[in-house]
Amino acid sequence: MADTHSVIGTQNKKGQTYTDTWKMMHEAPRTPSFFTGSEVIKEALRRASCDVMIAYPITPQSEAAALIGELFAEGYIGDYFRGESEFAVMSQCAGAAFGGARVFTTTAGPGTMRAMENFPMWAGARLPIQMIVTCRGINSPLSIQPDTLEIAYLLNTGMLVWHAETAQDFFDWILKGYMVSEEPDVHLPLALCCDGFFVTHTKDVVNLTPADMCLPPYDPYRSPVPCMDMECPPVRMMRDPFVMKSNYISYATHASWQQEIWAAIERSRKHTIKWLNGLIDTENTDADIMIVASGTAVSQGREAIRLLEDEGIRCGLVKVKTLRPWPEEEIREATKNAKHIFVPEFNVTGWLAKEIKATIPNHHRVHAGPHVCGGMTMPPEIIVQEIKTALGMKTLSLAGRGS
Amino acid sequence: MTQYRVLPGPEHFLPPAAASMGVYLPNPGEAHINGVIATEEKAYEEAARQFLMAKVPTIFPGPLVLWAWNEKAAKKATAIRHLYNTLKECVQPGQSPMLIPMPDYRPKYPKINPEVEINPNHPNLTIWHNKIDCCMFVGVHCHQANLSLKIIRGGTSCYTIAMCAQAGHEDAMLSFRDASVEKIMKLAEWVRKLKGTVKPRLTSAKSGASN
Repeated sequence: MADTHSVIGTQNKKGQTYTDTWKMMHEAPRTPSFFTGSEVIKEALRRASCDVMIAYPITPQSEAAALIGELFAEGYIGDYFRGESEFAVMSQCAGAAFGGARVFTTTAGPGTMRAMENFPMWAGARLPIQMIVTCRGINSPLSIQPDTLEIAYLLNTGMLVWHAETAQDFFDWILKGYMVSEEPDVHLPLALCCDGFFVTHTKDVVNLTPADMCLPPYDPYRSPVPCMDMECPPVRMMRDPFVMKSNYISYATHASWQQEIWAAIERSRKHTIKWLNGLIDTENTDADIMIVASGTAVSQGREAIRLLEDEGIRCGLVKVKTLRPWPEEEIREATKNAKHIFVPEFNVTGWLAKEIKATIPNHHRVHAGPHVCGGMTMPPEIIVQEIKTALGMKTLSLAGRGS
Repeated sequence: MTQYRVLPGPEHFLPPAAASMGVYLPNPGEAHINGVIATEEKAYEEAARQFLMAKVPTIFPGPLVLWAWNEKAAKKATAIRHLYNTLKECVQPGQSPMLIPMPDYRPKYPKINPEVEINPNHPNLTIWHNKIDCCMFVGVHCHQANLSLKIIRGGTSCYTIAMCAQAGHEDAMLSFRDASVEKIMKLAEWVRKLKGTVKPRLTSAKSGASN
């Protein structure tokens, strides 16, 4: 039987030292490095003691998937291969995780949608797979540009869903993500999302932990379900007539099972708060005007706040780090003083604004916007314009230069 | 802090998961009683009291302790047998302690023999059939234990205890975490300590099916 603690201080085959994760993330020296988001994913994986990575090309995650292939060639990943499609990849990830492996994959946009059937299955089977989602457009006509609509579809799968703002978030959260999702009372898959291209293809200074330190290996014996066992649920459940029966007992079992998945998301709060230092970050929560955002919309919101300050308008910020677990109480508390709450988003439906409206009292305070989608950028000026318009202030049109 | 309490049922057609009602699991060194964090010492006393009060106090050992798949599991199994024997020694006439295994998780409805085993997918059948009014889960994988504990709370009045080797179970009425041979033996000590001081109920468990 594996014992995670017993390997701390020993070395893996690459000479990396298995290190207590808290010490590695919070106490070990950090080296500033100038990397793209895709390169950062590779560097995080180098330190993740990952057993299996399964890849399939789809922009904008293809580069990260290819770079992880290099890691495999260098001997840092136990196994690595390309699946036949995104659906196949996610099914193969399930197989590896059922067998007790620490599993990693990356996908994006239509790939996420194609593989969707697997995600509630992962959650129901309590598989702590980590999936990077580099968000892009999902609808026809085809777009490979940033758009976060696919996150809306992930919110009810039973997975943990986090939304990174920066490459630094990405590096830290990939490693910390395993610590949360592999807790036996959580043990759920994690969709770690970012806005494609904005994060994956731009360079930023990222502070990396030492490359000779790595996470302790996954211990499948702490799983809340048995490892691969064809005679027991969840595997057996899927081929047993039990699940096909129409009676109270089969319904009750399935209902209790579903509840347990969402209970596990709730249990992840405690661990996520510890590792991410809270489910949200806040600035100026005493302001009348608040911007609540996730992903790179947070960065644009920060810049908008700076522009507004130049005009004497004070504005606060809530950075939503986790969407599942949803930071309901935290958002209520952070927005309790706000008269106006603006939710800038990179998608057409405004799913984040809808979540916030369902969370806070007096939801008429929420202004669902500004929105951009289909790959458009979100200049901070349009956030400023949205706020000033709502306040009844005069603004210049940003739609064009006129005649 | 949540006002929700994890109490014996029958609670609801579909009772909620306690975690979704704001009940948190204990930290290392703690336990919970009815969804409220308590000291382990208090939990030992309350678990022993519930066992001694029940007409049919029952231990449900699961696959993690039933099969001698490692030395630790074998030692735990011996400790569980000791707890069961202690219960038998300490109860009064009219009380009938039981030891019913959960050997695996395969759904066995409608063929299960509730005399000889319990199944996580329909644990109420075993509880109703044997009129069990207090039970302890030990050595059951956490997901399967939670699945069962909610179904039991939904349809029976059985008092549930979890002796969990991991983080504990908020869906039980009382839960220990980080279960070990020492903790099981300590619970047995508490049962012996409270022998003769607890008045047994000696009435059948309440439930829709058994009454």
